[in-house]
Amino acid sequence: MELREVAHEIGAPLRDGEHVVVTGAGTHDAVGNPTLATCTRLRVPSGIVTYEPADLTVRVWAGTPVRELQATLAEAGQEVPLDPRDPTATVGGVIACGLSGVRRLRHGPVRDAVLQVDAIDGQATLFKAGGPTVKNVTGYDVPRLLVGSFGTLAVMLQLILRCRPLPAASAWYRVSSPDLPGNLRTAMLRPAAILWDGRDAWVLAEGNEQDLAAEAEAAELGEPVDAAPPLPDAAHRGRISVDPAQLGALAIRLRAISGLRWLAEVGVGTVHVAADDATTLLAARTGAHECGAWMLREAGGDGCDGFGTALPHLDLARRVKAAFDPRGLLAPGRVPL
Amino acid sequence: MLDHLLADLANAMGPDRARAEPLELALYARDAGVQAGAAAAVCFPRHADDVAAAVAAARRHGVPFVARGSGTGLAGGATPMEEPLVIVTTQMNRVLDIDVASRRAWVEPGVLNLDLSRAVAPYGLHYAPDPSSQQACTIGGNVATNAGGPHCLASGVTAAHVLAVDVVLPDATTARLGGLAPDTPGYDLRGVFVGSEGTMGIATKIAVRLQPNPPTVRTLLLDFTAIDDAAATVSAIIAAGVLPAALEMMDAEITRAVEDFVGAGYPRDADAVLLVELDGLADGVAADVAAVSDLAMAHGARNVRVAADEAERQLLWKGRKSAFGAIARIAPDYYLHDAVVPRTQLVTVLREVYAIADECALTMMNVFHAGDGNLHPLIVFDARVPGVWERVHEAGNRILTACIRAGGVLSGEHGVGLEKRDLMPLLFSPDDLALQGRLVDAFDPDGLANPAKVLPAGSRCGEIGRRPVPEGAWI
Repeated sequence: MELREVAHEIGAPLRDGEHVVVTGAGTHDAVGNPTLATCTRLRVPSGIVTYEPADLTVRVWAGTPVRELQATLAEAGQEVPLDPRDPTATVGGVIACGLSGVRRLRHGPVRDAVLQVDAIDGQATLFKAGGPTVKNVTGYDVPRLLVGSFGTLAVMLQLILRCRPLPAASAWYRVSSPDLPGNLRTAMLRPAAILWDGRDAWVLAEGNEQDLAAEAEAAELGEPVDAAPPLPDAAHRGRISVDPAQLGALAIRLRAISGLRWLAEVGVGTVHVAADDATTLLAARTGAHECGAWMLREAGGDGCDGFGTALPHLDLARRVKAAFDPRGLLAPGRVPL
Repeated sequence: MLDHLLADLANAMGPDRARAEPLELALYARDAGVQAGAAAAVCFPRHADDVAAAVAAARRHGVPFVARGSGTGLAGGATPMEEPLVIVTTQMNRVLDIDVASRRAWVEPGVLNLDLSRAVAPYGLHYAPDPSSQQACTIGGNVATNAGGPHCLASGVTAAHVLAVDVVLPDATTARLGGLAPDTPGYDLRGVFVGSEGTMGIATKIAVRLQPNPPTVRTLLLDFTAIDDAAATVSAIIAAGVLPAALEMMDAEITRAVEDFVGAGYPRDADAVLLVELDGLADGVAADVAAVSDLAMAHGARNVRVAADEAERQLLWKGRKSAFGAIARIAPDYYLHDAVVPRTQLVTVLREVYAIADECALTMMNVFHAGDGNLHPLIVFDARVPGVWERVHEAGNRILTACIRAGGVLSGEHGVGLEKRDLMPLLFSPDDLALQGRLVDAFDPDGLANPAKVLPAGSRCGEIGRRPVPEGAWI
């Protein structure tokens, strides 16, 4: 179906003044705040619209599962560095929640991958923002604003994403590291990830195979291991965002919380936390606040709100919201406005 | 009113920090773009507090305001429209903090781009975006335009390198947008501020990412007898999975001009040359050098020259970076365009660009960031020739239209400013522009921050009843 037809169809409840929320694979429903239960659920199509490997760009419907996108790109030796916890997640879901993957240290945040968005605003008006080329400063960078806006500004229909060549080789390494492995960051040129759980550090290196071996030897990483460490998983989960220079201070607090499992992205400042009960997860949030950080609730956490903090510059954020959705119909409550 | 404004500014910033002498105002009447405006007054803050005071004073007197760094912008982004107060940030030029372990720095907006890289060089770090004007342009200006440069192919433009911005918003309050933590709760206001060309406020302090210097760097000069072959090689390199640090193209005219100017050993009889830089770790770079060389030869390159040492590498880059100096020997005036097309459209669009130059009887040279499809058609001319401006104007419009038709955009790194605001409808529908208008209104409901920029007249609420761009405004 054509974009305009889809926009018209999906926009019908908005034209009728209904509250709406987009549902993709449902893998991010518990991230952030819940929206009104009475919202009309919208579904956005799935599928790759155009893909030109030599342009390093791909245009997809927002409802496309990440796994399906990566499979197509891999045939041409490319990828988009989206690494959702659950690969059945849709492209639109990952981008709406702004959840960057664990390879952010090398590949940058998810917001850097979005070039153009075709979407409808809260008045059901179809608009385009950004542009199809890998470099573009024509007009305001609305796509960046939509990343992490949890569907409260627009219903994203199609996205043009920046692709990257797949690395020639990649390898995970694991070393014992009771202390923060800050030295690993400088021992290597551009590691893709340095993950640390307070006992061990895992390093992901990407690039030329001989270079990987040479860097691993120089950094005393030993032999590659089979797999990445699993992200901590439990009924109650969150994602702490801390100034990476404060990670050591945060780790002291997290270590003191009994029953908390955590994995930190060294050099980035994202810390994935999980616990079997909500109280423990809330203790992690308290520890984060003590370090000037904040925690996004990703799952469970009964009685704990999604963000745990007021939005900065709330008046401005509200005016931005009103510019896109003056009637407040898009995912009401999902972001604490 | 002007006297009161000046008195308020002097009171807040100290005597002689704000002036309105005719000679000085003339100096700030334009940036490096084509069109001049007119300023009501100019002031020189030393601190963020001064900037907030200047904005507050301007508001009090109903005067618009525009921030200005070195004035190197080519799209008229810092050109004063509607007789604003010009707030010059060049005296806020301190590198405030360098955090080597976390690879970031806090800088004031008036720090020069190259000075930042020099300041962090002792730590083996650099600041990646490197616009051609990097010796003169400021980080604040780079943030405003979301500036690029040859080395943005692999590392991304300014937006990917700004962690946080302390700003004075158009209502004269201050805010930190973004932060040092990887994500901030709520909307990415930092992301939309970068590239907003001074219409959403003024940056007073910026946290930037720094990159480690790669241990191995190789620079190649590929020599072609047909520009189509050079363009096809660009696509082939990207399609082969090689992502160079930089991938620049120069056509026959500019290659000759540069060679005559700097003597870098560029082939004077080439139809096009590609300058390719590959960096990283030793083995990967060696493999990429071999791959690029093979692809170039397979696509008809006459010769592949790999710089043997750092001196030769610097010489090759000197050729590329001297392009604008070199053309001064050919004609007294030039007009530099900036547009982006999908890489796969390079050959088609270049042909069209040359055809347009022929039809308009103009000399056109092309020196550009081929790796990301960022064209910089350069029209050289003598402005004293009667009627030449009309032809330059026509050629420019036709080139941009051709780029949009090929699936491209109006600007890759210079910005929209004044130059291209009225061309925005080529790319965006009225609904698209209305949304962008509402967005900037959310930051600046009174339309006082750098008026008449980015969006075409009629896109915003705040501008109702305001003066349009004067007659003779040139795209």
